[in-house]
Amino acid sequence: MVAANSKSPISAKGPAGSLIWGVGSVLFLAFWQLGSRWLPWAFEYPKGWTIPAAQWIGQFMKWLLNEAHFGLFTFAELTRFIAAVIDFPYRIVLSLLSTGFLSGQGSSAEQILPPVAWIAVVAIFALLGYLAEGRRLALIVTGCMVFVAVFGQWSSAMVTLASILVAVPIGVALGLLLGIAAYRSAWVERLLQPILDLMQTIPVFAYLVPILFMFGFGPTAAVVATVIYAMPPMTRVTLMALQRVPSEIRDLGRMIGCTRAQLTWRVMVPTAQDALMVGVNQVIMLSLNMVIIASMIGAGGLGFDVLAALRRLDFGAGLEAGLAIVALAIALDRLSQAFVRRPVRETPQGSWPSRHPYLLSALATILVAGLAGSIVPAIQTYPVGWQLSTGEFWSDVVKWINVNYFDALEAIKNFFLLNLLIPFKRFLIGLPWLGVVAFLVLAGWRVKGPRLALLVGCLGFLIAATGQWEKAMITVYLCGISTIIAMVIGVPIGIASAERPRLWRWVQVIIDTLQTLPSFVYLMPAVMLFRVGDFTAMIAVVAFAVAPAIRYTALGLRGVDPALVEAGKAMGCTPRQILTRIKLRLALPEILLGLNQTIMFALSMLVITALVGTRDLGQEVYIALTKADSGRGLVAGLAVAFIAIIADRLIQAGAQNARLRLGISQVRT
Amino acid sequence: MPEPTAKLVCRNVWKLFGSGAADKLSAMGGRPELSEISRAGLVSAVRDVNLDVREGEIFVIMGLSGSGKSTLVRCLSRLVEPTAGEILFNGRNLLAASDQEMIEIRRHKMGMVFQHFALLPHMTVLENVAFPLEVQGMARLDRLARAQEMVSLVGLSGREDAYPRQLSGGQQQRVGIARSLAVEPELWFLDEPFSALDPLIRREMQDEFVRLQSVLRKTIVFITHDFDEAIRLADRIAIMKDGAIVQSGTAEEIVLNPATDYVREFTQAVPKAKVVRVSSVMSKDVGLDGLSVPSRATVAEAAPLFLEGANSLRVVDEGGKPVGTLHRDDVIHLLLES
Repeated sequence: MVAANSKSPISAKGPAGSLIWGVGSVLFLAFWQLGSRWLPWAFEYPKGWTIPAAQWIGQFMKWLLNEAHFGLFTFAELTRFIAAVIDFPYRIVLSLLSTGFLSGQGSSAEQILPPVAWIAVVAIFALLGYLAEGRRLALIVTGCMVFVAVFGQWSSAMVTLASILVAVPIGVALGLLLGIAAYRSAWVERLLQPILDLMQTIPVFAYLVPILFMFGFGPTAAVVATVIYAMPPMTRVTLMALQRVPSEIRDLGRMIGCTRAQLTWRVMVPTAQDALMVGVNQVIMLSLNMVIIASMIGAGGLGFDVLAALRRLDFGAGLEAGLAIVALAIALDRLSQAFVRRPVRETPQGSWPSRHPYLLSALATILVAGLAGSIVPAIQTYPVGWQLSTGEFWSDVVKWINVNYFDALEAIKNFFLLNLLIPFKRFLIGLPWLGVVAFLVLAGWRVKGPRLALLVGCLGFLIAATGQWEKAMITVYLCGISTIIAMVIGVPIGIASAERPRLWRWVQVIIDTLQTLPSFVYLMPAVMLFRVGDFTAMIAVVAFAVAPAIRYTALGLRGVDPALVEAGKAMGCTPRQILTRIKLRLALPEILLGLNQTIMFALSMLVITALVGTRDLGQEVYIALTKADSGRGLVAGLAVAFIAIIADRLIQAGAQNARLRLGISQVRT
Repeated sequence: MPEPTAKLVCRNVWKLFGSGAADKLSAMGGRPELSEISRAGLVSAVRDVNLDVREGEIFVIMGLSGSGKSTLVRCLSRLVEPTAGEILFNGRNLLAASDQEMIEIRRHKMGMVFQHFALLPHMTVLENVAFPLEVQGMARLDRLARAQEMVSLVGLSGREDAYPRQLSGGQQQRVGIARSLAVEPELWFLDEPFSALDPLIRREMQDEFVRLQSVLRKTIVFITHDFDEAIRLADRIAIMKDGAIVQSGTAEEIVLNPATDYVREFTQAVPKAKVVRVSSVMSKDVGLDGLSVPSRATVAEAAPLFLEGANSLRVVDEGGKPVGTLHRDDVIHLLLES
C-alpha cells in the first residue's frame, strides 16, 4: 500500500505524466469538436436510458411508511417513538422559555406558571459567560441578548433557542456514540465514513421531504432535520479526538485492568474532552445554521420570521430577525468556545451550595425575577413600548440605493453576466458528458490510481444516467465561477495577512464572524441590491466561501518551517523570492485544502440560493421540496453530493501528492 | 545460595506486524531470517526472544529506538498480542488467559510506568494515583488513604490537589510511579521512565528509584535506551537489536565479554572499573594480612584503599572469609585499559 502510494506522485511528475495529460486533452478537444456527428448520445444523455431512481425512491418511501415491519414494531411506530422522545423535552424547554406551563388544550388553555422572565434568561447567559471566561464575555453575551430583546425578537428567539437546546444535546450524544463505535471497530468506521461524507455534502433540502413524511410538519421534524445536519462533524471530531489520545494513555487504561466500558468512559473520553468540546461547538453552530431551513418544515421562531420576510421581500423585517439569529449565534459560539478554552478547574470542596455557586445563583435569579415579574410586568416580558425597529429605515435605504444607483448596479451586473457568467455557462453545457466523465477518470487515475478513477467515473456517470447532467453543469458553472472569484479575493488577503500579525488578528476576527453567520444572511443584501438571478447567487456564494480561502492560505504560509525561511534569508533571497520560491510552494498542500473547503462552502450555499431563482440542481431540490416529492429531491440532492465528493477526492489526492513530494507528513487543521 | 526462582519467563516470543502474520510465520518454519520476513510483507518488532526475570531483581532491557524493546515489554504484559511464543508469569501461560483473567492479573499483579507519564489530565495527583484502585471498585475513603500513602512514598506530600499540568516532568513521573505502585504489583514494568526528563532530574530519579527498590524489592522489568542507566540500575541486562536479544547477562559480563561488535560499541565508553567487580580481577592466592575488600565491590570502590600505600588487598566474601588477593598492578592495568 505504502509503496504504491509513494510511487504515484513521482510517476505523475515525469515526462510520461505530462504526455498522458497532453494526449488526453487533445483527444478530449477533438471529441468535443467533432464527435457530435457520430455520437450524439455522448453529448446528450438519451431520455430512454435514464435510470428512474426518483421513482424507485418514491416507491421505497411509500413502502417504508405503509408496510415496513421490523418484527416487533412497524417503521411508522418507530418514527412515532422517536418523535415522542424528541417532543417531550422540547415541550418542557419551550414552556420554560416561551409559553409557560399550561393546563388544558388549545385556546382555552390557562397558564399555571409563566415562562422564565426575560431578565432571568439574560442573567443566566451573563452568569455562563462569567463562569466560562470572565467579565468580558459576560458583557458580550449580555449585549447579544439585550439586542435581541430591544429589537422585539425576544419571543421568536426563545422558540428558536428551545429547539437548539433540544437538538444540540441529541446531536452531541448521537455523534459521540457513533464516533466511539467507529473508534472501537474498524468495520464500523469503514461503513460510517462514506455515510458521513454523503450526510455532509447532500443539501439539507433534499432530506427535508422524507423527514416531513416521517415526522409530519412541526418542531419535531425540524429538530430531526437539525440533528441529521449537525451531527456528522461531532462523529468525525469524536473519532479523531479518540485516535489522538496518546497510545500510552490507552495502554495505561488496559494495564490497570479497565473493562471496555471503563476504558471508554473513564479514560479515553475524559482525556479527549478538550477536543470533543470543539465538536460540541460545531454542533451548536450548524444547528443555528439550520434555523432558517428548519423553519420550512415547521420550526417556527426566528427562522420562520426571516423566511416569511424574504418571501414577501420585506428586507427590513428579514434583516432584524436575521440579525437576531446572528446575535444568538455569536452568544452561543463565544460561550461554547470559552468553555473549550477554559482550563480544568479545581473542584471546590465543602457543602453542596458552596460547590455549586453558579447553579444556585441561577435558580435564585429565576425565582426572584419570577416573583418580581408577577408584580412588575416589565421584568417578566420585555415591554413593547421599549422596542426599537429599524426595519423601515433599512427598507428605505435599499429603496434609496435602488432609486439612485439602479443603473450603475444594473450595469455591473450585466457586465459580469454577459462577459463572464453566460459564456462560461454555455461552454460547460456544450461539453459532451461522456468526454467529461472520461476526463474525470483520467484525472482520478493520474492523481491516485484505478480506485479513485473508478469512483469518480461511477459518480459522474450516475449524474448523467439519472438525467441531471444539464442542471449539474449549471451547478458546476456557478460553483466554479464563485470558487475562482473567492480564491482570487481570498488568496491575496491570506498572503498579505500571513506576514503581518496585527492585520492577521483583525482578519481572523472578521472571518470568524463571517463563519458564524447563518448562510441566509449573505443572501439578503445581495438580493436587495441585485434582485434575483445568477449574479445575486454568485455574490452571496462568494461572500460565504471566501473565508476558508483566506484562512487556509494564511495558515499554510504561517505554518512554513521558520528554519527554511531563515535558510532562504541566509542565501540572500529577497522577500519576494522567499514568498514565491519557498513559502508558497511549501504551503501548496494547505492552499489546495483551502480550495477544497471553498468548493464545499460554495456548494452548500449554492443550494440555498435556489431561493433567488437559479436553475441548477439546487432549484431542482427546492422544487421537489415545495411539491413534497421525496424521490426527485433526493436524486438531485445526491447529484450535488456526488459533485462535492468528486471535487473533494481529486483535490485531497492532489494535496496528498504535493505533501509526499515535499516530505510533509501531516497537515495541521 | 539457591538460584532465585523465575517470576516471568519468555520463550520464543515473536511479534510480527502485517496481515496473516501468524500463518506466515509458521509457514516460514517458525524461525525466519530478517530478509525472509520483509519478503513476506511483514514488519518485525520482536524476534525469537527468550528471557527469564527472577524474583526481586531489576532486569533491564536496553536497545536503541526501533530495536523492539517497547513492543517486547508490551508483549510481556500482553498489551500487544505476541504472534508466537509463550509468556509464563508465576509459571502460568499469560497467552492462554481469557480477557477477564487478564483484567484480574493486571488489576492486582502488574504495574507499569510510562515514558510520557500517561497521567489523566482531568484528575488531580491524588485522583490519578487512586485511579487504578477506583477501577477495581475500592471504596472511596480506602483508596484515597492508600493513594495518600503512595504520594508520600514518592515525596509529593502537599501536592495532592495539583493537576498534572501544574507539575514539572520529574514530579509528573513521581505521580506515575506512585500510581503504578498503588495496587502493590508483584511485577513492575517501567518503560523508559526517565528518558523524557532532563539529565540532572534523570539522575535524581534514578537514585530515588534505587531507594524505592531497596525498600520494596519488586520484580522489575526496566526498559531504557541509555546504556549508562542500564549499568547503574540493573541486576541483569538484555541488549536488543532489530527485535532480537543479542546478549544478556550482568553488567560486568557484558562489559568484560561483549558478544558482538554491536555490544562492544556500547561498552567501550564505559569505565570498566565502575562495573568490574573485585572477584573478577583478584588472584586466587590467600593468606595475606592487611586491609580487606568485599569481593562484590567494584574495582573503582576498592581502588582508593591503595592510596594508603598497600601493594595488595585481602579479598573477602560476604561471610568475611578470605577468597583471594587484589594486586595493585592488576587494578592499574584495568584502569588504564578503559
